[in-house]
Amino acid sequence: MSTVATSTPPAGRSTLPAGGAPARRRRRPLLGKNPIGILFSAPYLIFVLAVFAYPLVFAVWMSFHDYFFAAPGAQIERQFVGLENFQEVLADPAVIRSFGNVGIFLLINVPLTVVLSLVLATALNKVVRFRTFLRVSYFVPYVTASVAVVGVWLFLFSGSGLINQLLGPLAPSPSWLINSTWAMPTIALFVTWKQLGFFILLYLAALQNVSEELYEAAATDGAGKVRSFFSVTIPGVRPATVLVLLLATVTGANLFTEPYLLTGGGGPNGASASPVLLMYQRGIEQGSPDVAAAIGVILVIGVLILAFIQRKLAGGDES
Amino acid sequence: MNRGQHILRGIVLALGAFVFLFPFYYMIIGSLQASPDPSLGGAFPNPANLTLDNYAAINSRIGLVQGLVNSGIFAGGVILCTVVFGVLVGYALAQLQWRGRGVTFALALLVQVVPFQLLMIPLYVLIARDYGLADNYLGMILPFAINSTAVIIFRQYFLQVPRELFDAARIDGAGELKLLWNIALPLVRPALLTVVLLTFIGPWNEFLWPFLVTKEASLQPLAVSLANYLSTVAASAANPFGAILAGACVLAAPAVLIFILFQRHFVSTNIGSGVKG
Repeated sequence: MSTVATSTPPAGRSTLPAGGAPARRRRRPLLGKNPIGILFSAPYLIFVLAVFAYPLVFAVWMSFHDYFFAAPGAQIERQFVGLENFQEVLADPAVIRSFGNVGIFLLINVPLTVVLSLVLATALNKVVRFRTFLRVSYFVPYVTASVAVVGVWLFLFSGSGLINQLLGPLAPSPSWLINSTWAMPTIALFVTWKQLGFFILLYLAALQNVSEELYEAAATDGAGKVRSFFSVTIPGVRPATVLVLLLATVTGANLFTEPYLLTGGGGPNGASASPVLLMYQRGIEQGSPDVAAAIGVILVIGVLILAFIQRKLAGGDES
Repeated sequence: MNRGQHILRGIVLALGAFVFLFPFYYMIIGSLQASPDPSLGGAFPNPANLTLDNYAAINSRIGLVQGLVNSGIFAGGVILCTVVFGVLVGYALAQLQWRGRGVTFALALLVQVVPFQLLMIPLYVLIARDYGLADNYLGMILPFAINSTAVIIFRQYFLQVPRELFDAARIDGAGELKLLWNIALPLVRPALLTVVLLTFIGPWNEFLWPFLVTKEASLQPLAVSLANYLSTVAASAANPFGAILAGACVLAAPAVLIFILFQRHFVSTNIGSGVKG
């Protein structure tokens, strides 16, 4: 919903009001009391139009046209092809598989993220000693480049890596990242690990808003720690949970670096390819940006539907 | 709270810290090993197997210094644009009354949920093809130039400055730019540091966009050149893991060190405010 709203201001025009001020507002000047504010905001507004609004409209336009790379400066008629690009995308088993892969990713990543970050944030919230140390250590993976930590995970999860040495006979064969069953779950685990610190921080902030009186009331009514966690903490942080669900879903849909590097471009045999990886391959490597744009449009519609469902389920009536 | 729960909580937290920190420890150990030792014993430093050769090896392949300089230019450009233009728009949103203020604020919030995956292809066509900014620092910086989270943080800090302060200065005849420079900026200095830190992390760690627009090795940020090494040439090296991990340490060190030094400025409310609004 939000994406549609962003694209409404027509590109190339400033956001100055089109008509004159209505008569009843005569007392206020046309551009407001401090029109210099428009000047101060102009660079940012131009940036948003050029980098977000216009490309967004362009992407949707591209997905309905026969678009290909041409020599710079060449004027080419881009033919309207209706839903042809979408038909091509939906008939492509590799694309369907990549959407399935994201589904697997989300099924593992989202619940794991919500549960682990809430549990760790609750534990961290009560702790006094080592608080800074713990906060820093949880957050360090989040501030580190994916490319850097991918190196360690490759080392840890390789055929003769430390994880397999620890597991001994339980180690999967072929190893995690080259095993078509385990490649996607391993990527989901990696992303959960890397992003968790950010979500712990969000929950920590939300926990400060849960009133201490509610815990006291629950204790008076004879509720134990576990009971009050379920009856007070979880409902109390519900707005944060909605946000965590949404952000984890968006992160999952954006997946590119991890399958590109951890599994050598979505291997084995496309078992860990993500839609964004396919957009890169189709759009830039194979020179069909129109098809890639169609994948992008489908992906965004999918995310919006998921976000809507999550809001209905987790958001409840009040939010 | 009874003792059992206390201990259980301690164990959960300590286990969490171990899981988060161990890969970093392992990254450093692995980068110093002369031959990769994936066994359990390899997780402990072994003086006979320690060397700095891996750093020399990765440096000879991808040019660590050039990569760091490129990453620095990329991140620096984004920080500069974000601070200059972000302060202007943040101040206008918080302290000035003008037509379109509400719309601009709504845009700053909306922009944060626009999925980059949909923008990737059109931005590539526009920037790399139409404007000819491929293999150019400007092309790298442009899509990230003004961080909207930073705009919102600036606005929130400027909102805390009492408006009477500005009204008084306006009566004394000070122009808006002078107000901003002499009164507003000194008051929101903590916001500046927070914004610089937050903004730094994004471009420093960004992989997808600079990977798309830089094919020229001498212009690639370290994340891109290391990733290219990782995905193509690592197999041909004598000790690929050692070299990769050495590169990973160099890439990770600046962000991690800055975060540890300034960790109290990464406050949850600031980071949350960007997405919550």
